[in-house]
Amino acid sequence: MFGEPHWFRWVRRAGLAVFALIVLVPLWVMITSALKPLRDVQAQFRWLPTEWTLSPFVDIWSTIPLGRYFVNSLVVALGATLLSLLVAVSAAYAISRYRFRGRRLFSLAILSTQMFPGILFLLPLFLIYVNIAQTTGIVLVGTLPGLVITYLTFSLPFSVWMLVGYFESIPRELDEAALVDGTGPLGALLRVVVPAALPGIVAVAVYAFMTAWGEVLFASVLTSDSTRTLAIGLPAYSTQSGVYWNQVMAAGLVVSVPVVAGFLLLQRYLVQGLTSGAVK
Amino acid sequence: MAERGRVSGKALPYLFLLPALLLELLVHVLPMLVGVGMSLLKLTQFFLRNWSAAPFAGLSNYTVALDFNGAVGGALLHSFAVTLAFTVLVVAGSWLLGFTAAFLVQGQRRGRGLLRTLFLVPYALPAYAAVITWSFLFQRDTGLVNGVLADLHLVGAGDRPFWLLGGNSFLAVLVVALWRTWPFAFLVLTSGMQAIPHDLYEAAALDGATMRQQVRRVMLPLLRPVNQVLLVVLFLWTFNDFNTPYVLFGAGAPAEADLLSVHIYQNSFLTWNFGLGSAMSVLLLVFLSLATGLYLRSRRVR
Repeated sequence: MFGEPHWFRWVRRAGLAVFALIVLVPLWVMITSALKPLRDVQAQFRWLPTEWTLSPFVDIWSTIPLGRYFVNSLVVALGATLLSLLVAVSAAYAISRYRFRGRRLFSLAILSTQMFPGILFLLPLFLIYVNIAQTTGIVLVGTLPGLVITYLTFSLPFSVWMLVGYFESIPRELDEAALVDGTGPLGALLRVVVPAALPGIVAVAVYAFMTAWGEVLFASVLTSDSTRTLAIGLPAYSTQSGVYWNQVMAAGLVVSVPVVAGFLLLQRYLVQGLTSGAVK
Repeated sequence: MAERGRVSGKALPYLFLLPALLLELLVHVLPMLVGVGMSLLKLTQFFLRNWSAAPFAGLSNYTVALDFNGAVGGALLHSFAVTLAFTVLVVAGSWLLGFTAAFLVQGQRRGRGLLRTLFLVPYALPAYAAVITWSFLFQRDTGLVNGVLADLHLVGAGDRPFWLLGGNSFLAVLVVALWRTWPFAFLVLTSGMQAIPHDLYEAAALDGATMRQQVRRVMLPLLRPVNQVLLVVLFLWTFNDFNTPYVLFGAGAPAEADLLSVHIYQNSFLTWNFGLGSAMSVLLLVFLSLATGLYLRSRRVR
């Protein structure tokens, strides 16, 4: 392609090697440090452990309540993902299959919420949740449901946008045929559109999960000691006891592997969704 | 019956939208309006439980925030300048790195899929895990950065620099943000390049266009719509970035790397002055809307 000159092949190989190094060096440090004994990470940096050990992976669970953080993060992320999917699928179905007043306005408004600085609605949201608790007794500050409700709206705009793109690519005749057969609109959505858009829905689910799993700002205000998530527990641990860097790296790996694996497995669908959404 | 069917048919799309609408109202729209209201109140910790009792403050929070000779306003202006420099460098750098990598990977045959996957790892890592790793790399006595610098004899054993304190901290937060952000530019530009039909390059090549001309005359113009969206998204993300400085420095960021999100956060939650914090947030939103609007308009007019 491009009829590129012969020498460019070497430029390209060298360039790609540099990029690979940029990505790999921090990952290398993360992985090898997690396999180092404590004395290695307290001394001068070295590329390889003096002695390979798995004990950091054992110790992390007792040095901090990592298990509890992990479960909290899992509950919050799964809850936010499932609810966000329900809400996003239903909204995307309305936008892609119906022509109604306010359709464009809604699509634009929901996307524009993406540009708000989180800090802008963090303070008011905190106050609103405090006041909801006072008037109705539903406690949303310091509880997991509060985080679930908040997080599911974070992934919503992008999820709706991507799903509209997916749904548009499904021939309308398919669900119209189902409607003629006597299934209601809900039946058409669940039996025809959702199965046909399954790859897109899975990609959106991964995205929603990643969003909730990695969020820091709101978790720092909306969690209490017993509902602390990984996003707060881990950094707090690393700043307080920076000496246990081998454990910090091990914990970082443990919490990253599920999301990174999920993302990399499904990146193809995410890219597709990105382009199908952008083409419209 | 038919009548009822038609009416409910009309209401149906709104019914499907209702959950999304309610949630967006609760978590985004209502808080934004409340935030504007809060910025007009003298809302300190005494009124937190009963904020309707907070006295009306008019625009005084705004005058305090915008009085650049005062302590609060001066710090805000400084933080704004730091954030602007940070954003320009991260957006430009991420675009350049992302474009270069996407271009190089596209021409590579062997190992292309593997490289693409590898390059996306920094983006897929949870923000805090990636930033914590970097804060280890930047440790003065045990980190990789100083270790490598010492091996290259660029620093002596006694004068190892601090990276997370003082003037170097800006460079540190810049490097971390770049490392985390460029893969997104790479992802978007890769899918943008894939959407360009190959025959366009072949036609240009038949006309004698060199590789450089093909990139400048064919690829870049066709990537323009993609670039527009990408730059806006990168700009907003970077300007609002909270995770990178917060996890890298903890609650107290050094003055040289005092980015706005953390600055406002500290002003609000350490002093519990929510009125002032809200005023700063509203000013931030006004700036972001103006900047984004002007950019998009200038692109469209051309």
